[in-house]
Amino acid sequence: MKQISTITALAALLALSNSPAMAEDTAVQSIRQEIARMRREYEARIESLERRLNQAEAAPNRAASVPSRAKRRGETQSGRATAPTETAGQSAETPAPPIIQPATVPAGSTGSAGAFNPGISVILNGTAAGSRRDPANYRIPGFALSPDARPVERGFALGESEITLSANIDQVLYGALTVSLARDNSVSVEEAFIQTTSLPGGFTLKGGRFFSGIGYMNEQHAHTWDFVDAPLPYRAMLNNQYGDDGAQVRWLAPTKMFIELGGEAFRGDALPAYGAVNKGFGSFSLFAHVGDDIGPGGEGGSWRVGVSELWTRASGLASGADSFTGTDRLTIIDGVYKWAPDGNFADRYFKLQGEYFHRVEEGRFNGTKASHQQQGFYVQAVWQFMPRWRVGARYDQVWGGAPGAALAFTPWNPRGHVGRRGSLMVDYSTSEFGRFRLQGNLDYSTGKYDPQVILQYTVSLGAHGAHAY
Amino acid sequence: MRNALIAAGLLLLILSGRAEALQVFACEPEWGALAAEIGGEAADVFTATTARQDPHQIQARPALIARIRAADLVVCTGAELEVGWMPVLLRQGANARVQPGSPGYFEAARHVRLLEVPARLDRAEGDVHAAGNPHIQTDPGNVRAVGIALAQRMAELDPAHAALYRTREQAFRARLDAAMARWRTEAAPLRGVVVAVQHKSWVYLLTWLGMTEAAALEPKPGVPASPGHIAQMIDELPRKKVRMILHAAYQDPRPSEFVSGKTGIPAVALPFTVGGTSQSGDLIALHDDTIRRLLAGLRANAQRH
Repeated sequence: MKQISTITALAALLALSNSPAMAEDTAVQSIRQEIARMRREYEARIESLERRLNQAEAAPNRAASVPSRAKRRGETQSGRATAPTETAGQSAETPAPPIIQPATVPAGSTGSAGAFNPGISVILNGTAAGSRRDPANYRIPGFALSPDARPVERGFALGESEITLSANIDQVLYGALTVSLARDNSVSVEEAFIQTTSLPGGFTLKGGRFFSGIGYMNEQHAHTWDFVDAPLPYRAMLNNQYGDDGAQVRWLAPTKMFIELGGEAFRGDALPAYGAVNKGFGSFSLFAHVGDDIGPGGEGGSWRVGVSELWTRASGLASGADSFTGTDRLTIIDGVYKWAPDGNFADRYFKLQGEYFHRVEEGRFNGTKASHQQQGFYVQAVWQFMPRWRVGARYDQVWGGAPGAALAFTPWNPRGHVGRRGSLMVDYSTSEFGRFRLQGNLDYSTGKYDPQVILQYTVSLGAHGAHAY
Repeated sequence: MRNALIAAGLLLLILSGRAEALQVFACEPEWGALAAEIGGEAADVFTATTARQDPHQIQARPALIARIRAADLVVCTGAELEVGWMPVLLRQGANARVQPGSPGYFEAARHVRLLEVPARLDRAEGDVHAAGNPHIQTDPGNVRAVGIALAQRMAELDPAHAALYRTREQAFRARLDAAMARWRTEAAPLRGVVVAVQHKSWVYLLTWLGMTEAAALEPKPGVPASPGHIAQMIDELPRKKVRMILHAAYQDPRPSEFVSGKTGIPAVALPFTVGGTSQSGDLIALHDDTIRRLLAGLRANAQRH
């Protein structure tokens, strides 16, 4: 009410200062008196208009939907008496912009029937790749890999198309479903979870199928990664990314610095676990993340570091003719630092991230009791040097310790090999929603040099996704 | 490592004690300044972004998650301005008090009349906001309306200081009203002036001052100008009698300055929000400085002829 009357007063003043008589008389005092008089007059008029508006808004279904064209016209007219541009007699060059937006319209609602539909976003991506060696024969000495853990397919290939539906379920729950459609026309549920939004004490519970909170990149969907493919330690030790059916608890400390602790229990079906051993409680994790700004508003950058531990069990996990039954303990140390001039990420920014993996497997390899260790790390930097254009470099490496004589003739024997790879990429974003990327890898993870070139597009349609740090 | 972190967290918690003041998390500097005007000593205001940052593109930084956790009240623009980062903060911040729909979640855009509501929602139109243009703080009338609603909300959340919030808001409103009367006189020469804008951030300012936007350097909102579009602008702006090219302090000034250099039309950097320039330290100074800069731009234009 008061706002409208102010606008009216201003509009009146505009009109006054425009008239030749008032233009001469610039005495502020008289203008003030004039405003006061006009405000009284207009307040009476606006009161009657507001009553009419309230009556109109009270009509069922009207407030919840975006005004139809006819209705909008009507509202513009009713708003006309108060709209400054109209009263002031603005030139005809600009169409009258003011449209009354009922204060009760929920942001993002698109129609009465669809108003409660979840946010829908679709990710499409595809690649065209060339490599010297056939990805079908890919292996890393010292690691037993699943068939999914290999370089990007040669030639044209449709990447995983994802459909995500997400919304608040009610006042205490949030839910999201991500369905992934693979190139071979198979459909899989990538994530399907519910999460609390209103627990006291900084706790958040999550249940269903989801990507584990371990490490830094693990929780991020592949389409938000800065390179086409997963870093070697993720590929070799987590089959690219670790997600499973389970439950998670997170606790956020009540401190100015970001301190988060979390723990998870999983069914234990997904690699590196296998076979849902322990009656369907096969994997457990604990993680801690700490982060903060440097300088007010993050003008000196921002950072996050973490340490995670994942315990999994495998029962009869096969890799070709070989199999493993036992426990697997993985430790990840991760860190990320982001910086932009003045903390403004719109035009230019720099992002540095790295993770170190250490894994111990103990149990029976092909029936023989043994244990061995594997390690790996990657470090990568991405620089957006002008709006829409980014370049990035990555180096990653994995290696296995020397196993005992029992494993000498199995995939777990690295024979002294260290898998290494260097990558360079440049990408161009058509907008926040479309990106084209060219990436070159010099891959020495197999033991023979394999240059790879990959061209990729990644786009998102629909609901505007908000990305985690 | 983990135990040490827990211990450190608990220690910090004990040392910091239970906060007495109303903890306000403001998404943008203008709402931080407004909450501080109203809250005074009774409110502890944290502002998530600075005037040098594009509020559309903020990282969901760990420090912001931690601040959401502590907040009693979140004050944002709304109208999808923060759609790329606030949902993540709110989900990860694990704070029931400030979830959308709770009293602790305040969207300024709900308390003003939004302009430029798109008739057609299509990403081919660029970065359009379904609810309307969210850059409402460039019209002091909007700030005034939001202040009234915000004081009410703060009083509701912190009844012990309700009277203080109301008194301070009224005092602020009185100062703003006096300033608005003054600005009206000062800005009289700006009436009817035709301008070009770099990004469509200025509709509320231009409507308030009775100025006309003839062109935008961004062909679509959020889409940087191509060389072809810039060339067209260089050709078009003088014909459209454009007298200034406006851009916000957080924006790269080069497109505006380039077109300015080619056409002689002055490029004017405006603070856009509190702290955007060294002269815009509070909400009154923000509009003082904005009008001063616009008038200076107009004079520079006049000298050209």
